[in-house]
Amino acid sequence: MQTSFDLKNHLIDLFHINEETLVKGDSTEIYKLRKEALAIFAKKGFPTQKIEQWKNTNLTDSTNQKYEILFNAPPYNPVESYFKCNVLNFDTYMFTLLNGWYVHKNAPLTLFPDGTIVGSLAHARTQYKDIVDKYLGKIAIDENNPMISLNNAFIQDGVFIYVPEKVVVSKPMQIVNIVKTKKDLFIQNRNLIIVEKNAELKLVHCDDSLEFGKSFINNVTEIVAKENSFVEYYKLENKDEESTLINNVYIHQKDNSSIKTNTITLNSGITRNTVIIDMDGEYCEANVNGLYLVDGKQKVDNYVKVDHKKPNSISRQLYKGIIDDQASGCFNGHVVVHKDAQKTQAYQSNKNIALTDDAFVSSKPFLEIYADDVKCSHGATIGQLDDNAMFYLRSRGICERNARMLLMYAFAMEVVNNISIESLHQKIDDMVTKRLKGELSICDQCVLHCSDPAEFHFEIDISKF
Amino acid sequence: MLLEIKNLHASINGKEILKGLDLKINRGEVHAIMGPNGTGKSTLAAVIAGKDIYNVTKGEIIYKEKNLMDLSIEDRAREGIFIGFQYPVEIPGVSITNFMRTAVNEIRQYRNLEALSAAEFLAMMEEKKKLLELHSKLTNRSVNEGFSGGEKKRNEIFQMAMLEPELAILDETDSGLDIDALRVVAAGVNKLRRSDNATVVITHYQRLLDYIVPDFVHILYEGKIVKTGNKDLAIELEEKGYDWIKNELLLKK
Repeated sequence: MQTSFDLKNHLIDLFHINEETLVKGDSTEIYKLRKEALAIFAKKGFPTQKIEQWKNTNLTDSTNQKYEILFNAPPYNPVESYFKCNVLNFDTYMFTLLNGWYVHKNAPLTLFPDGTIVGSLAHARTQYKDIVDKYLGKIAIDENNPMISLNNAFIQDGVFIYVPEKVVVSKPMQIVNIVKTKKDLFIQNRNLIIVEKNAELKLVHCDDSLEFGKSFINNVTEIVAKENSFVEYYKLENKDEESTLINNVYIHQKDNSSIKTNTITLNSGITRNTVIIDMDGEYCEANVNGLYLVDGKQKVDNYVKVDHKKPNSISRQLYKGIIDDQASGCFNGHVVVHKDAQKTQAYQSNKNIALTDDAFVSSKPFLEIYADDVKCSHGATIGQLDDNAMFYLRSRGICERNARMLLMYAFAMEVVNNISIESLHQKIDDMVTKRLKGELSICDQCVLHCSDPAEFHFEIDISKF
Repeated sequence: MLLEIKNLHASINGKEILKGLDLKINRGEVHAIMGPNGTGKSTLAAVIAGKDIYNVTKGEIIYKEKNLMDLSIEDRAREGIFIGFQYPVEIPGVSITNFMRTAVNEIRQYRNLEALSAAEFLAMMEEKKKLLELHSKLTNRSVNEGFSGGEKKRNEIFQMAMLEPELAILDETDSGLDIDALRVVAAGVNKLRRSDNATVVITHYQRLLDYIVPDFVHILYEGKIVKTGNKDLAIELEEKGYDWIKNELLLKK
């Protein structure tokens, strides 16, 4: 059955119909951003595979159907009644977005004694207008990514975090995006994270789907890492095969700041992870890591770009993938070393294991260098498991299947070992093991999909997104 | 008889390396196989291990009354064969502990024994480490990754101790070892000797045999065992060199 639906114009119509609700609380700046973005999206539409950076993300099916958008925050629904993050000993400040809206019982914004602010972006836009207006839409500027324009046009809610100067946030913060609805929703969260000078933040961002409908998620997270700050950002994805997840992370770095990102995709429908780092400072460090384990017909596409604009900074990209069955795993890594960015060090490494002949793997590390005194390297491998290692393991009595498991696990651990939060490290380690054994899937706890949808008495794992 | 090799011919890429090799090994015996480079010593070990780049074209290997060629690589190990490799493979990211626990438990399962618990396994590992005088750090590391030559060989002996083979074949275990490492490795092998297992040491030099005293010494030359004797043969060989064997063979022809 061939149907054709014009999602682009449907969304533009929804914008106009709901414009009054949408622009409520907009500052002049945001209103302008929104209107301009809508015009750009109207002109460009969804990215097609004709755009080089979107070559491996096919949105044809995902954009050929109707979705709803929730323009108003749903009534309060205690998260504890349907969601429990069960990473053992994972002590975090947890904030939840339910179907795109920040969940709160009382105050939508929390002010910590040390001055840290966390809460709903929708409320921060009025309550902390100066901060929001200063940064929102200023980090994620990307003419090659129409999904940014689409998100800009529909900015409503998301998580806002502000860490003042010299504050070290004592526990990791955790954003959990939960999609729980029978409807087919189009969700566009907008997160704004500002880490001031000499401050530190560890942030874990999980995407959970506990739903029965299809969903299209287009997240944009803007992170500002000021002078001498330290930011770790973990993105964990374990989506069901019906979902489309476009995750866009844009980071702006100032002098001496250090950032680390880990994007871990354990299951996906169609997943596109974009991580863009604007190194607008000297002596910055960026470690951009990713791991993707996909099988069946899952598709994951990682796009990373690091812009070295000033001298003496270092960036390292390490992405690894294991692609089974007819799944598709892609890495497109781009480093630009601008003319003035002397003494830059930039390294790119992407390694893939294709387990079947039908697996699709694409790896494109790309260095674009305009400075002359730099140290850069890139490498990409697409291979099978090492025959000599397989033989060695089997010669000790280990069967072929387990030998493969041990090698795949070891392969994945190079990325997992970058996780500095011990309890999370343990959990991801465990999940990767389960995933490789085929024990972890989005249907792992099948109550999600098989029991009466009216009942939500289950616990979910961090894996269950 | 534990192992009997009859008229074994094996080739790689069409080139024949083993050209009619015969060998008999009983439990409780220690055999040394000596010979110059390129005569097929490592090929013999690789064929017994099951490395599929070698093609057995003629002859047979009977191990515990089974045709060895019918067994998979892992089943050979589970049936009690252990090969100490000349060039152990580095496997980054796989810890020795994880590796050995998987191996020990798979072998136990094959023999219808219950899997060892984590505590039992760790106790066993401690016992073997003590036996071999291994410092504990080695086992927390990735398999052979960044190991020195000596560490790799000691790790092979450690694995041998853990797996308790009935037939151990040590391929050039002495190569690249200084005298202290050689002593440690040899002491380990001697401690693992029992009346119900057998050991074959493949070596280029006689010096290892000062520490591991063989019951039989075989000289492998051009793909065949050309001479068999007791430990004195090794000493004679050391004195006279391999040219002695070559000349003797020429005379026979």
